[in-house]
Parts: sequence; C-alpha cells; structure tokens
Amino acid sequence: MADVITYREAVAEGLAREMRRDPSVVCLGEDIGAAEGVFKTTVGLFKEFGPERVWDTPISEQAIVGAAMGAAMTGLRPVAEIMFSDFLACCWDYLANEIPKVRYMTGGQVTVPLVVRTANGGGLGFGAQHSQAVENWALAVPGLKIAAPSTPADVVGLLAAAVRSDDPVLFFEHKGLFASRGPAAPPDHLVPLGEATVARPGTDLTVVALASTVPVALAAAEALARDGIFAEVVDLRCLIPLDIRTVLESVGRTSRLLIVEENPYQGGWGGTVASLVADEGFELLDAPIRRVAAACVPLPFADPLEQRVMPTVDKVTAAVRGLAAY
Amino acid sequence: MAKGDRGARLRDRRTAGPPPAEPGAPLGDDLVQLLTPEGERIDRVTGPDGVEYSVDFSDSEYRGLYRDLVVVRRLDAESTALQRQGELGIWASLLGQEAAQVGSGRALRPQDMAFPTYREHGVLYCRGIDPIMPLGLFRGVDQGAWDPVEHKFNMYTIVIGAQTLHATGYAMGIAMDGKVGNSDDPADGEAVIAYFGDGATSQGDVNEAFIWSSVYHAPIVFFCQNNQYAISEPIERQTRIPLYRRAAGFGFPGVRVDGNDVLATYAVTRHALDNARHGQGPTMIEAHTYRMGAHTTTDDPTRYRGISEVEAWQAKDPIARVRAFLAKQQIADAGFFTEVDEQATAEAMSLRERVLAMPDPEPVTLFDHVFVDETPQIRQQRARFVEYQASFEGSGH
Ligand SMILES: Cc1ncc(C[n+]2csc(CCOP(=O)(O)OP(=O)(O)O)c2C)c(N)n1
Ligand SMILES: [Mg+2]
Repeated sequence: MADVITYREAVAEGLAREMRRDPSVVCLGEDIGAAEGVFKTTVGLFKEFGPERVWDTPISEQAIVGAAMGAAMTGLRPVAEIMFSDFLACCWDYLANEIPKVRYMTGGQVTVPLVVRTANGGGLGFGAQHSQAVENWALAVPGLKIAAPSTPADVVGLLAAAVRSDDPVLFFEHKGLFASRGPAAPPDHLVPLGEATVARPGTDLTVVALASTVPVALAAAEALARDGIFAEVVDLRCLIPLDIRTVLESVGRTSRLLIVEENPYQGGWGGTVASLVADEGFELLDAPIRRVAAACVPLPFADPLEQRVMPTVDKVTAAVRGLAAY
Repeated sequence: MAKGDRGARLRDRRTAGPPPAEPGAPLGDDLVQLLTPEGERIDRVTGPDGVEYSVDFSDSEYRGLYRDLVVVRRLDAESTALQRQGELGIWASLLGQEAAQVGSGRALRPQDMAFPTYREHGVLYCRGIDPIMPLGLFRGVDQGAWDPVEHKFNMYTIVIGAQTLHATGYAMGIAMDGKVGNSDDPADGEAVIAYFGDGATSQGDVNEAFIWSSVYHAPIVFFCQNNQYAISEPIERQTRIPLYRRAAGFGFPGVRVDGNDVLATYAVTRHALDNARHGQGPTMIEAHTYRMGAHTTTDDPTRYRGISEVEAWQAKDPIARVRAFLAKQQIADAGFFTEVDEQATAEAMSLRERVLAMPDPEPVTLFDHVFVDETPQIRQQRARFVEYQASFEGSGH
C-alpha cells in the first residue's frame, strides 16, 4: 500500500477494511456503486463486494437513512451515504427523532449500529445548499455520535471505530479535504471515538479545530511561529464524545483559547467547547475565550465571497495575535 | 442465520417477484408522438389518457419552434464550453432534452408559473429570460437572481424534488385567489407547471406533492423529463413501471409523450395546462427523452453507460426531425436554416462576451438579503468585516 494517500482514497480504504472484516457491513446511497461515488469515495467497493453489499439506491435520503435504521435492527451494520451533508435536512426525522431515540425509548433493548457518512463543508464554491458545515446540527441531538476527521489516517481509524460502534454515528467527510494527502493508516488502525489529538504542540495559546479548520489552524501556527508565537493546535476529531480533557490540559499549559469552526458563529459547536472551558477551566485562563467562525449568512456561490465568510488562515492568524497580546 | 448467508439471501429476494417492467424501454401504444424521428408528421393520436392530441401550427410557428430548438442547443453548448475553459464553475447541460423543454415552455401561457430544476435552460429561454441570468449563478458571481415574479419562472432548484411542493403550494394559492376555472376562454385562468427528473420521482417530497395536488385538485402539471438517468443511476433504479402510470394511483391522469418530439410535447402540455386552469386538477406528463451529455460537467458518463446506447438515442434527435419535416414540407429552405444557425451563433457569442465581462461581486454584499428586518448581529458582523478588510489596505494583502 502506498505510504501517502489522499483523504478521498482513505474513505474507500476504511470502508473496504470494515467490509472485509465484517460481512454484516453494507453500504447504501446514491451513485455509490458502479459510479463509485460522486466524490470517488467508494472506489473499488462495488467491484470487490458486489451489488449485495453496495446498494445504489433510489434518490431518497429519507429512505436511505430510514431503511438503514430498519436494516440495523436485523443485525446488519449499514453505512449509509448522504451525498451532501446539506441533505441531512431531507432525512432529519430519522436522524433527530428515530435513530437517536430508539435505544432510549426501548429501555436499551433495541440498538441501531449504523453509520451515516456524508460530504460536508465549503470552500469549493458550491453555494448555499451544497457547502454547509453542519456538525453542529447533529450536536443538538442527544443520542448521535459525531466524528469529523482531518487526515487520511484518521479517516480510516475513525471509520473503523464508527462502524464497530453499537451507537449510531454521523461521520462527516470534508469535501475541501478530499484531495489532501497524508500518511496511510497502518493495518488494523483504529482511532477510538472521543479522543482528541494535539496536532501541533505549542506554548502560548491553544487553538481548537475540527476537520477543515485543522489545516487552517496548522498553517496559521506555522506562520506565527516565525514571529515567535507558538500556538498549540488540538484536533478534536469527534464532537460526541467530546474530549474536553485534552482541551483543558492544553489550556492548562497555554492559558489562552481560540476555537476555529467552519459553521456559522450562531449555534456553532465552538459555543459548547467555550462553555465547557468556562465552566471547568476558568482559573486556567489569562484571556477571554475567542471563536473564529463563519459569518451568520448563507454561503455565497462566489469564491471570493465564500472565502470571506469562512475561517481562513489570515483570520486565524489575526485572532491569535490579538489573543496572544491580550 | 450465519452472517455469510445474508448476501445470498438478499440476492434471492431481489431477483424474486415479477420480472421488472422495462420502465425506460420504448414503448408501445402509450407514447404520444406527432413527429417521428424521420420527420414524418402524424396528424393526430390518442394518448393513454384517452385524449386525442394534435397541433395546428402555421408555417411560421413551425419555423419558430425550430429556431428555439437550435438557439437553445447552441447556448447550452456555449455554456459547456465556457465551463471547460474555466469560466463557469459547473454546468448542467440540457443536450438531448431541447424538445421536451421548448415544447412545454412554449405551451405555457404568459400567466402560467413554472418551477424548474437546474437543467431547464430551454424553458427559461422560452419564458423570455435573458440566458445570461443563470450563468451568474454557475460562474459564482451572483445567486442567479432573475425576478421569478416578473418572469413567472422560479429560481433553479437544486435540492432534488423540493420544487414540486413549492409548485403545489403556489397552485393552491392561485386557486384561493380565484384565478382558476372562471370562464370558457381557453386562455383564461392560471396554471402551474413543476419540472422534475426521473430520479426525483423517488423522493418523498414529489409523492407528497402528487397527493396534495390530487386531494386539493390543484391547478398543476407535473412535467417529468425522464432522461433515463439520475447521475449514474439508470431509470430501473427508480421504478418498475413506466412513470406516467404512477399518476393513476394518485388519482389524476398520466400521459407519456415522446419528449424528443416538440410538437407532441407542446400538444400534451398545452392540454394539461388548460385542464388545470379550468379547474380539472393535476396531470402528470412523462416526457420520454435522453440526457445526451454528462449529468453535469463534473460527471463522466462513460463510467456507467455504453456508447451504443447513446448512439441509439442520437438517431432520435429532437432537432434533426423538425429540420427534416420543415424541408420535406417545404416550410423552410436552405437560406432559413443558415439564417437560424447564424442567429444561434450570434446569440452564443454575445452570451460568451457578456459572461466574461461579468463583474466580481463586492465582498460586503455577502451580508445582504439574509433578512427583511436585518438583525443587530448581522449589522455588527458587517461593520467588523468592513473594519477587518480596511486593516489590509496598503499592507499588500
Ligand atoms: C435531495 C438531493 N439529493 C441528492 C442530490 C444530488 N443530485 C443532484 S442531481 C441528482 C440526480 C437527479 O436525477 P433526475 O431527477 O433524474 O434529474 P436529472 O439530473 O436527470 O435531470 C442527484 C442525486 C440533490 N441535489 N438533492
Ligand atoms: Mg434524470
């Protein structure tokens, strides 16, 4: 296997590994079979596992996710794909009312071990209805686990954990990262859900990031290091379970916290992180907690405008400087 | 059950039951056609709904339809070229579907309201909208905002199927406004047309739109362009029966028309719209056609379909048959065909020039139009944005 692979290839690799390991894993979604996914994230699966385990479905998000739940009740481990995460809204009943509640409402008797994978996020000029970063939607629903990897190896490792999880997992693959490269995952790689990682150590300030904002934060940290400001970057990797311990430990070292999120500021996941740190780590802080998030507007089609809505290296750098000087 | 058996069991279950109907296959007596692929005119034909269809066009009207078809195809080709040259972000070509769109688009009366998908450039043209309008969207310099009220043509809808419910609500609204079924004049009253694809018929929304329109007797025509594919998925993935037959189950008529026949499409759509405007309720039209190109410019159809299939449809080209008919009937001569080609090229060149000249949007406009009553938060974000932008002035950014 290649030493370096793309994030896109890592998705197919992670799925293939789980499908080889466990014959009860099936994939379902639109255009995932013969066409190998509109983002090429299911390349090779149809050839290797055939139409019995890779289902090209009719165009209905409700049916994909609703039927995944029913299939999971039979002991299958469905991995459903929603082509664009914006279309999670088309099947929200199943994600908000059915899947996360079935275990609770049956007193633990029925579990639905399923994964909903979806291409998330902006930066590609796809406009208001194909670009949203919506991890925060899922964060509002108790009962769903939420993974959002930033590197190819984490894609494979977190996908393994997600498929093996007996709880339902929403798995956000970032469209803007599909072409990015990184070290391939070693055999049997598994990243447990709910373990953040320090992507870059630093002393002056903690930058908490997720998925696409991890490389943004890393680039900012690199630039700032040249000016003698050393930012520590924490990649959360999951929102539920949320590894607030790793964040607090980092803030304990740096005493400053910046959160970088792609969703709009209003209702963004960074608000939850900020509130937890304020509750549990107030004494650690020497400066106010700051958030760099998207503007509270729908995402425009125009590339130059979209960049101005979303977090960028420049915006993060400016925010870090401000906070470091506080 | 051993885990390994699951696949085999599922396979058995999937192949059990009646053999699949061939939902995409042509076709028996149930296809309304007034112009054969060879350009032979069929005088009148009775549809599966029992209605007798015909058209009564003057020579100049026939020539007008041909002109529309050629111009629409040429503008579409220019847009594809612009995308290939990096001037548009993406383009969803209508190649092959010109007759379905011009036939239905010209069947609309001025007061009728259309709800398109993202592929209805031909209908847009027939509504008199400058073809530059959607290109702003696909170039990413604006949101593609023509005035849907002025042109009676809603915004392109990209989330599959949603527009069928918008159209249903709109149809119920105009019915409440008393715009339906008031006189014997066939041109009187308003109707709504909802465009959607074969793939969209699997969406719950579309089926809900059928039910609502049916029980409320809404003045609406459901115009399905069955172009045989939903991105890579063939029509067999969406249905086991011909789509138009679904209408019966919802309680309104369904008609299948040769969507590559501009005359039949016109006749069927005009009839359905006039029924709707006179209070006869909904109709579903399945326009049987073919997406000759890729789904969009990001798609590569060679991954999922063969060349022989495409060639078979080439022989049913929607424009060639009109040209053959016009020539045979001496409705048009060589000079006319040349003149139309020249007009199409001129319109395409003008489109290209105007696309290249489209200005980039002012960054601060990104805060516009979020709300009618703007919130203090948006105002504050705009103010901070202006300040932040100004901080780069002269700093080389
Ligand atoms: C709700 C939703 N799901 C998925 C998509 C992605 N998608 C875009 S076009 C398309 C296929 C639509 O096929 P069809 O309805 O036949 O229309 P056509 O493109 O053939 O004109 C899909 C699945 C979408 N835009 N919206
Ligand atoms: Mg289609």
